[in-house]
Amino acid sequence: MSNTQGNLNTTAEVGIVEDGGSFPPFDSTTFPSQLLWLVLSFGVFYWVMSKVVLPRIGGILEDRRDRIAGDMAEASRLKQETDEAIASYESALADARKKATTMAHDARSKVKAETEGARAAAEEQLAAKLSESEQSISKIKAESLSHVGEIAAETTGELVKALIGGRAPAKAEVAKAVDAALK
Amino acid sequence: MAGNSGNAIDPIHQFHISKIFPVEIGGVDFSFTNASLFMVVTVAVATLFLVLSTNRRGLVPSRAQLMAEMSYEFVAATLRGSAGNDGMRFFPLVFSLFMFVFVANMLGMFPYFFTVTSQIIVTFALAMLVIGTVTIYGFFKHGVGFLKLFVPSGVPAGVVPLVSAIEVISFLSRPVSLSVRLFANMLAGHITLKVFAGFVVMLTGAGAVGIASAVLPLALTVAITALEFLVAFLQAYVFTVLTCMYLADALHPSH
Repeated sequence: MSNTQGNLNTTAEVGIVEDGGSFPPFDSTTFPSQLLWLVLSFGVFYWVMSKVVLPRIGGILEDRRDRIAGDMAEASRLKQETDEAIASYESALADARKKATTMAHDARSKVKAETEGARAAAEEQLAAKLSESEQSISKIKAESLSHVGEIAAETTGELVKALIGGRAPAKAEVAKAVDAALK
Repeated sequence: MAGNSGNAIDPIHQFHISKIFPVEIGGVDFSFTNASLFMVVTVAVATLFLVLSTNRRGLVPSRAQLMAEMSYEFVAATLRGSAGNDGMRFFPLVFSLFMFVFVANMLGMFPYFFTVTSQIIVTFALAMLVIGTVTIYGFFKHGVGFLKLFVPSGVPAGVVPLVSAIEVISFLSRPVSLSVRLFANMLAGHITLKVFAGFVVMLTGAGAVGIASAVLPLALTVAITALEFLVAFLQAYVFTVLTCMYLADALHPSH
């Protein structure tokens, strides 16, 4: 480097400027001082940069990167959980709907069966009552019909008594006559 | 852009180094100068900003913390882009270089401030730091295999000496180009700015017509100031990108 300084020094002698001094950047008498203070100041600067500032900024950037990556992972985990919750909710809803349909169907068929049973029972009861009534009617009818001859004979006897006067004809005679007339 | 009270029109005066308190060790002048002061200021500004802005270690960053994080990620992406994940072992070096050069360039944009990076010895020292790291790490890691850097694969045997010679010259010119690019950009920009600003001062001293015609250099001064802010960032970035590319050579010499 001393060789280069020498070269620059010769250049400086050529580069004379107005004020009579040498051109300041090529004035080699200032070089030792500049080099010393450059080494000191740049050395301190390099030391502070490599020991304090750069690890600190690197740490800040890394923390932020980690934090963002962590947050992203957390977010995707939460999203997955949400998806799972939604899926289970959907399946629970579908199950409940199916169950509700079954229950409604069951209830409907049960009610229907009960109604059918009640109706059948009522109809049976009604039919029984009907046939009973019919029987009593036919019995009454038959009874009534069996009394018709008797009544007619009695009436006829009375009529004959009233018409002919005197004594009433014999019952058997009247009945015989009525029977004959009824035939 | 650092000015001076004495000679307003001398565009070189801003690069003048003056002793603040003299130090002499073994007959060599190690005085604390304005250049030293602004090196310390550069380091202090960059360090305080980066330390204070990240003090809260906010999960949700404040604006200042976001800027610190962005500078971190910007340099990390640049380094990873050219040197790969292996290159991250040089991250503190590359980040320190970027921040130092960037803050020094930006501080230089303040009027009356000294521009540390307008001194060839400073940029050359930084460039030598890079090349030294590349060379030492390259030989440490790959031994003689590091010399494969100068013998590109797939070149016909006949042209290997020629190509190798070119590669060696290109390698040796790296510290020069790296340092001169930054130094010359900062120097030329500040001189241009000073010259145009000087025109404004000269013309305003020349009566009404002068004041009227001073508008043009004033407008140019404003435009160049904007350009110089761009250059201040761009040169810091270029320095960083080239550093990353050279470090990539140290990591993977066979290209």
